Parts: sequence; C-alpha cells; structure tokens
Amino acid sequence: MLFDRYETGDYFDEMFDGNGGVRDHYHLVSERLNGIDRAEHLRKQTAVDLAFMRSGVTFTVYNDDQGTERIFPFDLVPRVIPDAEWTRIEAGLIQRITALNLFLHDIYHDQKILKERVIPPHYILGAKHFRREFMGFNVPKDIYVHICGTDLIRDREGTYLVLEDNLRCPSGASYMLENRAALKRAFPDLYRSAQVRPVDTYASDLRKVLQYVSPPSLGGGSQPNVVLLTPGVFNSAYFEHAFLARQMGIPIVEGRDLVVRDARVYMRTISGLVPVDMIYRRIDDDYLDPTVFRPDSLLGVPGLVNAYRSGNVSLANSIGTGVADDKVVYYFVPKIIKYYLGEDPILSNVGTFLASEPEDRVFILENLEKLVVKSANEAGGYGMLMGPWATKGEISEFREQVRANPRNFIAQHPVSLSRHPTWCRGDGDAAGDGFEGRHVDLRPYILYGEKVTVSPGGLTRVALRKGSLVVNSSQGGGSKDTWVLQSR
Amino acid sequence: MTDTDNQTFRKPVTQRRQSQVMLSRVANSLYWMSRYIERAENVARMLDVNLQLMLDFAHLDDNQLKEHWIPVLNSAGDQETFFKLYDRAGSETVTEFLTFRAENPNSILSCIFAARENARQVRDQISMEMFEALNECYLFLRSRNAREVWSTGAHEFFEQIKKSSHLFQGLTDATFTRNEGYEFINLGKYLERADKTTRILDIKYHILLPSVADVGGAVDTAQWRAVLRSASALEAYRRFHVEDIIPKKVAEFLIFSTTFPRSIRFCLQRLDTELHRLSGREKGDYGSPGEKAFGKMLSDLNFLTVNEILDRGLHQFLQEIQTILDQLDDHIYLEYMYHPPVDLEAEIFLQQQQMQQQ
Repeated sequence: MLFDRYETGDYFDEMFDGNGGVRDHYHLVSERLNGIDRAEHLRKQTAVDLAFMRSGVTFTVYNDDQGTERIFPFDLVPRVIPDAEWTRIEAGLIQRITALNLFLHDIYHDQKILKERVIPPHYILGAKHFRREFMGFNVPKDIYVHICGTDLIRDREGTYLVLEDNLRCPSGASYMLENRAALKRAFPDLYRSAQVRPVDTYASDLRKVLQYVSPPSLGGGSQPNVVLLTPGVFNSAYFEHAFLARQMGIPIVEGRDLVVRDARVYMRTISGLVPVDMIYRRIDDDYLDPTVFRPDSLLGVPGLVNAYRSGNVSLANSIGTGVADDKVVYYFVPKIIKYYLGEDPILSNVGTFLASEPEDRVFILENLEKLVVKSANEAGGYGMLMGPWATKGEISEFREQVRANPRNFIAQHPVSLSRHPTWCRGDGDAAGDGFEGRHVDLRPYILYGEKVTVSPGGLTRVALRKGSLVVNSSQGGGSKDTWVLQSR
Repeated sequence: MTDTDNQTFRKPVTQRRQSQVMLSRVANSLYWMSRYIERAENVARMLDVNLQLMLDFAHLDDNQLKEHWIPVLNSAGDQETFFKLYDRAGSETVTEFLTFRAENPNSILSCIFAARENARQVRDQISMEMFEALNECYLFLRSRNAREVWSTGAHEFFEQIKKSSHLFQGLTDATFTRNEGYEFINLGKYLERADKTTRILDIKYHILLPSVADVGGAVDTAQWRAVLRSASALEAYRRFHVEDIIPKKVAEFLIFSTTFPRSIRFCLQRLDTELHRLSGREKGDYGSPGEKAFGKMLSDLNFLTVNEILDRGLHQFLQEIQTILDQLDDHIYLEYMYHPPVDLEAEIFLQQQQMQQQ
C-alpha cells in the first residue's frame, strides 16, 4: 500500500520496469515493504534517525554560526544490484583505476602519453593539481591512488556511466558502513533472506593497504606505525575520520600532533616523540606542508613533504593525484585506458565537451541553457551550472567565466539520473507520506594495495528534494544502503 | 638531532611502560573530558541540595539570601562574571547562572559541552557507549525540553545530569581498556572530585561560622545534613556514625574516610595510585615539586587528626589542599601533555634549511 501512488515517470527506475512490474532482484524488498503500513515505516525511520543523532553519525554544516551537526539523512529502502551487473561494474572500476595509476606514473616520469600527443601536454602541465616538484619521484610500490571513490550514474536506459573520479581524499565510506549497520537493525529478517554481500571488511582491507605501502618501521617495531591525519574536529568529515581510525585501530592525529626532525616524522606523545611510518591523510595536498605548499596552512606539518621525499614516511593517497581527477583530464580517461591497457573502457564516460577546444567552446557557449557546466577542480556540487534549471543571470555569468578561463570548464549533456523509491514526507499530512522516485548515484570505494579490491556496493546517494539532481550531503542529499546480491 | 632540538622537545618520560603510544593531545582531552563530567555532576548536586535547603527557609530577606548563595557561587563560579549578568544573588539567578549560562565556563551547560567537545576529539579512543551517553546528555541540554524540565522541576533536571555522569563513569569502568588513557580519566575524575569536596566543606564552614549561637540547633543540623548530601555522603555517614549529625564528625568523615569514594583522602589515594602507574616510579617516590607536595599532603591526611586540622584552621587547610591540587594539575600537564609550541615561521625556515642541505 505504500506504493499505491508511486510513479516511475520518464526515468529509469531502479525498482520498477517500464510497465510498472517489480524487477526480479527487488522482489524480496518490495514484498517486505508492502507488508508494513505508514505508521510502522515512520516508526522505523524515526528510530534510525534518532540512533544516528545519538551516536553522532553526523557531518558539520558550514556557513552556519552554530557549526550545526546534522545527520546525513538515511533512507531505509535499500538499493539492490544483481550479481551479474556488479561483476561488470567491478571490472570496469578496476580497469579504470589501473589505467589512472599508470597514467599518474607516466606523467610524473617519462610523460610518454604527452610526447605521443594522446593528450595535449598543456592540459596536464598547466593543471592546477599537477605537482611538478614530484617529477621523477618514485612512490612506494608505484601506487599513487590507494583509495578511490568513483561516482557512477545510470542514464535513461539504465546504462552505468562514470560521472567523476575522486582520487584525492574521497569521503563517505563510513556512511556505507553505518548505513549497513542501521539497515540490519531495521530489517534483520529481510537482510538475512536477501543474501547480501558484506561490506564490513572495508576498514581492515584499508589497513592492509596502508601497511602494504608503508616503509619499514622507523621505530623498530614489527608493525609500521600508521596514523590518520585529520584537519581536526571542525572538519565536516571529522566523524568519518574518527570512525575509520577506530575501526582500523590506528591513532587519529592533527597537524599539531606531528613534528618533523631530520626528515623523519614524529608524533608527540606522553612518552615523548614517537616515529610515524605511514600517514592516511585526509588533508588535501595544498595544506599538507606549509614549507612547500600554502605557507598559511595551520593544518599541515612543516617538513612533511621532505620526509616523504626522503622515503621515511608514506602518504595515502600520494601527493599529486589530483591531476587525474581534474574534470578536463576526465575527458581523456577513455583514451588513457586505451593507451595504457590496450582495452576499450568497460564503463563509459558521460559525453563531455572541453571549453578550451575551440569547436567545443562555440558549441558550449551557444547551448549553455541545455548543458551542465562544471569547473574543472571543484567538488561537492559547487561551481556548477545546471543549464536547463538556471536563471538568465546565472547563464550569462557562466558565459563570462567560460570565455575568460576556458581551461577551467567542461560541459556535459544533462543525464537524467535513474530514480529509486524513497520515503518522502507529505506536506505536513501523515497520510501524504509514501514512496516517491528520487534521483540516485553510486559511489563504490576502490582500494589499491597488493591487489585492487572494490567494496561490494558502496554509498548510494539520493537527491531528496523533488526533481533535484544534486546528491551531495551539503546540498540536501541523503543516502541508502547498497546491496550487491551474492551469486546464486 | 642537534643539542638545541633536544632542549626544544621533551625527552621521553623515564621508566614508563611502552604498551601503547598515546598522543599528548589525547591524554589532555581524556583528562578534561573526565574532569568536566565530574564537575557538572558536582554542580548539579550542590544546586539541587541548596535549592531544597531553601525550602525550609522561606522567610529569608534579600541579604540573607545573598549570604546563603554567595558561598555557593564562589565554590562553582566567580562572582565577577555573575554580577555582570545579574543584580541580585537569589535562588533563581544563582541557579540559572550555574546551570545554563554559557558566559560561565563552569556552568553545567558549559561543562557538558566542553566534556563532549573533548570526547569528540578522542572519539577513536573511547568506547561508542561512552560517547553516546555523553552525546545524549549534550543533545538533551541543547533541546528546548531541557529548559522546560528545569523550570517545572529543577530536581528532575539535576537528577538527569547526575545520572548522565554516573552512566558515563559506569560505562568507562565497564568498557574502557585499562591503559594510560584510563589513568588520565581517573586523574581527571579524582582531582576534580577532591577539589569539589573541599569546596563543599568550605561553603558551609563560612555559613556556620557567624552563627555560633545556632550550633547544635535545628538550623545547624539541616545545614550539615546538606553538606553531607552535597557530597552524596549522608547515608554513608549514617552507616558509619550511628548517631546525630555532629559537625566535627562530618568534617572528619569527608576529609579522612578511607572507604567513602568522595572523601578527600580517598580521592588523593586514588590519585597517588594513578600517578605512580603513569610515572612508573616506586610507591612513595615522587618526581617534580608538584608531585612531592602532593605526596606530602597525602601523608598528612594519613597521620593528622580532625582536631589538629581544626586547630590549624579548617578553611586554611582546605585552601592548602586546593593549592596542592592546582599544582598537581600543572604537574600532569607539564609532564605528559605539554610540548613547546612550534613557531610556524621559524619551523618553516628550519625545514627549508634542512631541505637545502640534502
């Protein structure tokens, strides 16, 4: 009865096919949801919200004088992915991160891909996040990207497309784990019978990756001393930092807890200075070391980069990976895959235009009201123009910006993201509560250590506002548990 | 490392076991998290008891009210901040100041917020249960409901704060690993508790002094009963001394008991144990001057009698203990938490030099 008013609309719906029938892999979920009424669903949802608030599963909202902590709204209906579909996604993601890693190694060494003009060199050499200081530097085990969060969406036909790669400090893995725990509490019987692949080895997998790329322990211990470096308690993702550190059993440190002496990193403990071997940093390159990057950064550690160069400490992810998630470089990823692996990409990109290519630029400027325009280096849904929904003022503002600095912009046809049944509150009237379709994306987490592994599932983000395509937590997004079903 | 570096950075603490590496910042947060919770609980209990005590004295004029509340105010906050915000010291103003005012860093609200902020800094170190208990108390105080509970029934409100503290401390016992962190939590708890017990005793000492005529009267007994209840000690006292409430016995109990967990001596003995666990020194061996003064006070408590203290002057003695606890706080900070601050510019310069030398 909760689906009595449900409409799939003119979108790909994850749960229902074009004729309104329930897709095979959603049968159990739909059966269970049909067995409960509005009041019960509301009760379950309220219990989950309260539990998140109580245990502080929150993010901090900026631009708010109270520094309010909010929960990242969690929708109880799981997103389900059948085994065969997942196998293809997994292969595509592994292919992609493998190629990007080879690409990073190449551009920081021989730059063959530039010399052979597969990518025009100026795009890379002039990229904001290209770190020429690290030319010729060898990262441990040749791995640049240890943790990657790749955003996938589905178009009107249900085809998975890569929307962007996050190769710097992707966040959200803690929500994937907390969502799973919450869903197990809310629907224990359903979860058991659905035979879902577990995600809870993520933290121990991550720890193994960090230990794998760590240099031998400076302190002489059998295990390297691995720490998580956070900007601090005021960072919006602080909950995640503390969560992951606790799950991995490693200390969480701030810049002020570390000091560098003779190109070695130490942490300041109650027993004096203790050597640090491996840093899982959740701070962007720019803020890592005021000696080398931004001199005004109080978050980083003076001398850290020198210690890293000297091979006395490792960083995950490596410095300089940001060049590969530049949105202009994104355009070239299919070529990158072909160049290094000799394979066709398993997962396609969203069709993209580069404002710095004269032909594309003309097209973009003439069609701004039909396109999505993105800044090359922004994340979190900022610096974006959603043409079809934008005002005339916003469009002309972007027109000026694109003209002034074409290198900084790309444009894409808007993809009508797939939708998923999501619990929506009626207008103050409990009888109006029910399921409606809301747009979703998917961020799986990929770990690159001794081998490449992909978390089965990941974080499904959902744009809770009606009609909205923006799933970011800072802009009214929520999330769902993501089920990858075991093979039968 | 050069010689100057060695002076700039603390050397490792001697003799201590190296079971786990604990950040100085973490030690500091655990210690203050624990102190603030204990402080909130004590303020709540003291206010609760004093509000109830006032029920028996309905006829007091402004001056008498002031006489009653000023010592309470002094024991848990400072007068100067108070009189910037209020004209009169009465039940309502003092209670509000010590409960809700963010301007007062020692109000229950400020204490719980600070405890929670410290807990947030060390979320990876404490158990989920501990964080949740504290966070729930924080969310309660932030809710509109908190003011309502307080204005309709202050007793229930203070009960809730005390329960949160008990829950938190019980969970600490039940879920926290016995490592250095536990020692810092205990140092914070017992140091704060000892300090508050001296202040609770000191309040009534002030009140009682001028009214010598009343000694032994009904008012006197009610006041001393309130002292005991402020330290949650009324029943324990009754079991120990099956007789009337005698001021000297009350003082003796709250100072010297080796079995009652809020007596000053009990707290100092616990502090002594934790200090030795942390430093790795033999029992009876003390390091810094602050630690030595503490050791001396503990042995005073082991050997002095209540008569000797009253001869010396109770007020003076209590103040001495407070001073020694302050010094101990300094000692803990300097020994385990303090690292010389890094001057960012000088540090950048130093690191750039080192880079060029390579």
